[in-house]
Amino acid sequence: MRQQMPKQDPEIRWRNFDEVALGFTVEQAQAEADRCLKCKKPMCVQGCPVEIEIPNFIALLAAGQPEAALAKIKEKNSLPAICGRVCPQENQCEKLCVLGKKGEPIAIGALERYCADWGRKEETEAKSTPQETATKGKVAVVGSGPAGLTAAADLSLMGYKVTLFESLHAPGGVLRYGIPEFRLPKAIVDYEVGNLVKMGVEIKKSCLIGQTLTIDDLFSQDYQAVFIGTGAGLPHFLGIPGENLNSVYSANEFLTRVNLMKAYLFPEYDTPIRIGKRVAVIGAGNVAMDSARTALRLGAEKVIIVYRRSREEMPARLEEIENAEEEGVVFHLLTNPLQLLGDESGNVKTMVCQQMSLGEPDASGRRRPVPILDSEVSFPVDTVVVAIGQGPNPILLKGTAGLNLNKWGYIEVDPETLMTSIPGVFAGGDIVTGAATVIAAMGAGKKAARAIGNYLASKK
Amino acid sequence: MEIIDKKELAPGIVQFLVDAPLIAKKAEPGHFIILRHKENGERIPLTIADFDREQGTITLVCQGIGKSTKEINQMKKGDAFLDLLGPLGTPYPINKLGTVICVAGGLGVAPLYPKAKALHQAGNRVLSLIGAQRKEMLIMTEEMAAVSDEVRYSTDDGSFGHHGFVTALLQQALSEEKVSEIVAVGPVPMMAATVKVAKEFNVPIVVSLNALMIDGTGMCGGCRVTVGGKTKFCCVDGPAFDGALVNFEELLLRQRYYHEQEKEACHRCRLEEAGK
Repeated sequence: MRQQMPKQDPEIRWRNFDEVALGFTVEQAQAEADRCLKCKKPMCVQGCPVEIEIPNFIALLAAGQPEAALAKIKEKNSLPAICGRVCPQENQCEKLCVLGKKGEPIAIGALERYCADWGRKEETEAKSTPQETATKGKVAVVGSGPAGLTAAADLSLMGYKVTLFESLHAPGGVLRYGIPEFRLPKAIVDYEVGNLVKMGVEIKKSCLIGQTLTIDDLFSQDYQAVFIGTGAGLPHFLGIPGENLNSVYSANEFLTRVNLMKAYLFPEYDTPIRIGKRVAVIGAGNVAMDSARTALRLGAEKVIIVYRRSREEMPARLEEIENAEEEGVVFHLLTNPLQLLGDESGNVKTMVCQQMSLGEPDASGRRRPVPILDSEVSFPVDTVVVAIGQGPNPILLKGTAGLNLNKWGYIEVDPETLMTSIPGVFAGGDIVTGAATVIAAMGAGKKAARAIGNYLASKK
Repeated sequence: MEIIDKKELAPGIVQFLVDAPLIAKKAEPGHFIILRHKENGERIPLTIADFDREQGTITLVCQGIGKSTKEINQMKKGDAFLDLLGPLGTPYPINKLGTVICVAGGLGVAPLYPKAKALHQAGNRVLSLIGAQRKEMLIMTEEMAAVSDEVRYSTDDGSFGHHGFVTALLQQALSEEKVSEIVAVGPVPMMAATVKVAKEFNVPIVVSLNALMIDGTGMCGGCRVTVGGKTKFCCVDGPAFDGALVNFEELLLRQRYYHEQEKEACHRCRLEEAGK
């Protein structure tokens, strides 16, 4: 039987910011690791964008050697405590696990998290000797989100002196400003980023490449290659009337106020947030779930998710949808916002929606939502959070001559090497693919690090 | 990020000279920075009021309104800001146009000054119109005089210059001579009124908006403004916009959004002071 990770009781957790999923106990980790069949040709590894030797680390864990298991994971992945928490394993390694064909797959993510948390508790990292053998020259990594952190770690292990440039005042990108404390505690981000610093990675915060320094400046400062991992940070809006009313937030703003600026601790922290009694979150991805669950924790009485397609098309992880439902978030599916109406102070009061039905599949392969005539419904709302996705942030792209973009405004790269149209400049993660997952960005960071290594070696 | 010099320009308005060589090197008129003064402080956007590439310094002017800005103004020479990010925003375009009127209301002089300076250097005739509530609230008058061909003043209470709003000065100036462009910076109602006058005389007007923002890099969308019916982000598309196209009513409502919270934070802050 697959072990179930203990969680905070929904009745209690819906009003606090403490982590919801509590992690396996030592007995659970043992029992789960013992279930692994140690396949000769492990399918799970093929599902891992960062190529972790999954059966090997699980075997070490089963043999009672968590330290060795963690070391095995860290050969490929420098951020195991983060990945163990936020990767959609059900669509990757666990989806391919042979045990899943007849029963339930191994809880690989939970075991990865167990090893990482064990290491953090035992402070094994503190004992390891810091690397000071960066002899191969300087590489600049732009953006300290999942792609940048991974590229930085891998390049550092390869012997390059890496500088990570971050525009915000704290590193981590979406791990810092986007994913809430109750799903990914910031102490975990601090710890894993701290390990990179111990490895010799230098982090320059509050430095916006494209404005403070240009890519050209980096080359003239003797960086031999640049990796761009700036993510998809520009929030999309619906373009419906009333969207600029007060109390209408992009999910980015809503989550940044709470996660980065700690508005949930106002007035101890100076940045405020206003939360109404009735909150509507538009969209049904992980960011929408994070926003809805954050709204509850800020004190909202009723939180609804409004989504124009049906449950089947919801892009969020099943686990996150279930968590949201357990906490009391109500889903209004096949419902499409048409406009927002406000009061005399410019605050949103009403959301007018239209009911939808599903028609033929569209370009994305999902059935296209079609409006049902005369089906308008209105919801009273005090706060609206728009969580319908992000586009590429234009700052670096505008400020860098010769950088080719595709028709959606993302950076064009060689699919093999991730090199851009500028020699020595590589890119990966959401700024190339559009908004995707943490682990996909990490996979790109890894691939780019390898390509940068090859590129610099070939130049010598 | 160290404060090299500090001077009080008017009650509650402080000017800082800050060591920031990287920012000074790239700064252009219209750029701004975002700073945090301490770990739990807000990210505060401030216009770069002046910059010196050789000295590697920038000048910032801060009015103590909320809790963070009041605390910033308590900082001393030798103190350092915790973080300083910039330069941000799109620079204001400087061209030789002829006569340009620079209109400032209150603290608006600080963001206006580098534009006036650059316009003057570019060979324009710069007529500056500066309004404030009362005489002691007029700031940077010497600096503005040095980069203007002429300066006229107004105060709401009549304590200096014209008794009344700065828009009256604008009306008068526009009826006197042919003007190529107006640049206006100040409180939202003042900019809205200035745009109204500019429209009457059919003169192009550029305004510099100070919407609420967090990251200042286009990520949060909190600073969105409607310009010509389209949503723009003040932090990356601005802060300068064609004044004739800005929806000021919406901007005013958005700026007032956190007033209650600001009052609460300041109230607490005073209680803490009293408790000391």
